[in-house]
Amino acid sequence: MSKIHVTTTINGDPVEYLCDAEDTLLDVLRDHLGLTGSKEGCGTGDCGACSVTVDGRLVCACLMLGAEAAGHEIGTIEGMAKGDQLHPLQQKFIEHAALQCGICTPGILVAAKSLLDHNPDPSEEETRYWLAGNLCRCTGYDKIIRAVLDAAKDMREAS
Amino acid sequence: MQYLSPTTVDDAVRLLSSQTGDCKVLAGGTDLLVRMRSGFAEPDSILDIKRIDELRRIAHDDGGWRVGAAVSGAEMGEHADLVADWPGVVEAVNLIGSTQIQGRATMAGNLCNASPAADSVPAMIAAGAVARIAGPDGIRDIAVTDVPTGPGKTCLKPGEFITSIWLPSRPDRSGDAYLRFIPRTEMDIAVVGCAVALTLDAGGTCTAARVSLGAVAPTAILVDAAADTLIGTTVDDTALDALARACSDAAKPIADKRGTVEFRVHVAGVLAKRAAIIAKTRAGGAP
Repeated sequence: MSKIHVTTTINGDPVEYLCDAEDTLLDVLRDHLGLTGSKEGCGTGDCGACSVTVDGRLVCACLMLGAEAAGHEIGTIEGMAKGDQLHPLQQKFIEHAALQCGICTPGILVAAKSLLDHNPDPSEEETRYWLAGNLCRCTGYDKIIRAVLDAAKDMREAS
Repeated sequence: MQYLSPTTVDDAVRLLSSQTGDCKVLAGGTDLLVRMRSGFAEPDSILDIKRIDELRRIAHDDGGWRVGAAVSGAEMGEHADLVADWPGVVEAVNLIGSTQIQGRATMAGNLCNASPAADSVPAMIAAGAVARIAGPDGIRDIAVTDVPTGPGKTCLKPGEFITSIWLPSRPDRSGDAYLRFIPRTEMDIAVVGCAVALTLDAGGTCTAARVSLGAVAPTAILVDAAADTLIGTTVDDTALDALARACSDAAKPIADKRGTVEFRVHVAGVLAKRAAIIAKTRAGGAP
């Protein structure tokens, strides 16, 4: 079976790749493009460790085919920091110790950024519901929620 | 496996009919890709309908709304006019899965997956929704109630797929609501679901109602006997008690790890009452 040629945009850069029809976007990111920040936790859309954005909308990269990405704008964790400059969410995750093993962290950061893009001033409840699709087995979530709300506050004050 | 991405309904129909092996239609993919990964589906080809523009639209049609089969739950939730007309349908769709799932999952896909516990299906049935189906013999419209025929089974014939769901024009003083019971606050499968859509007259008397239950039978069911308990009443406590009894009587669930028969029968009545009160309030009736 011939490979599918896909032209897309990832973190603002034009990207071309060849993939098989059954390859998920997550397979493509991790195995073809070396973008291993997105993690595979469950592969069935339950854990959110592979969260990316497609045209600004939060999705699980494991629940989308690589071929479906053609012509769309994909955003991954690799596009979050600007060079050495961490995104405020990343900085706050460090300050609040909002991670331990780190497997869920890239997905949660992408999901949290998507929340703040939609709603710069979310309540704690809104934040918890928005992140309900991101599982973390280490932190108990409280530190994550505090880090997101703190980052949101700083980002509002800075803007 | 082959990946097909037609840009028109006609091309999709032609491609679907010309496939010799197992061809699966891909909308949001939140069920299909999971089934492929777990080995329950091993299609020879996948036909992605998201490149068909008209299937990505929410548009006024014949006084109601036509929601394309490729429209995601998130897009429905962001459509203020659709939410204003059919809040119960949209809240049912938006209950499915996480933020990530909402970014992909579609109402038509939820219908085609044909789970007895699908959240959006009772809400569509209560709303009187109609599925538009394209196939080799042309286009046909069929009531959403008649689409699922059993767990995982639909009335769709080979080569057919749903292109859109039509929600009827909402009469004045009408409201709908969907509630489900799950043991958590989100991200779970309905143990019981119930949708109520009703219309009141100027005096607050119910003139029309449709009640649907999910997860208490092999498919979501329309319960006419439950609707009859509301029509002609002001949806007062007496009517609500009769509604609850009618829904409990109509519930024929199985017992499984998520709930016993007795629990589901009871909860069907409780949810019906609560959903009816919300629908009545949305219709402008006295709470």
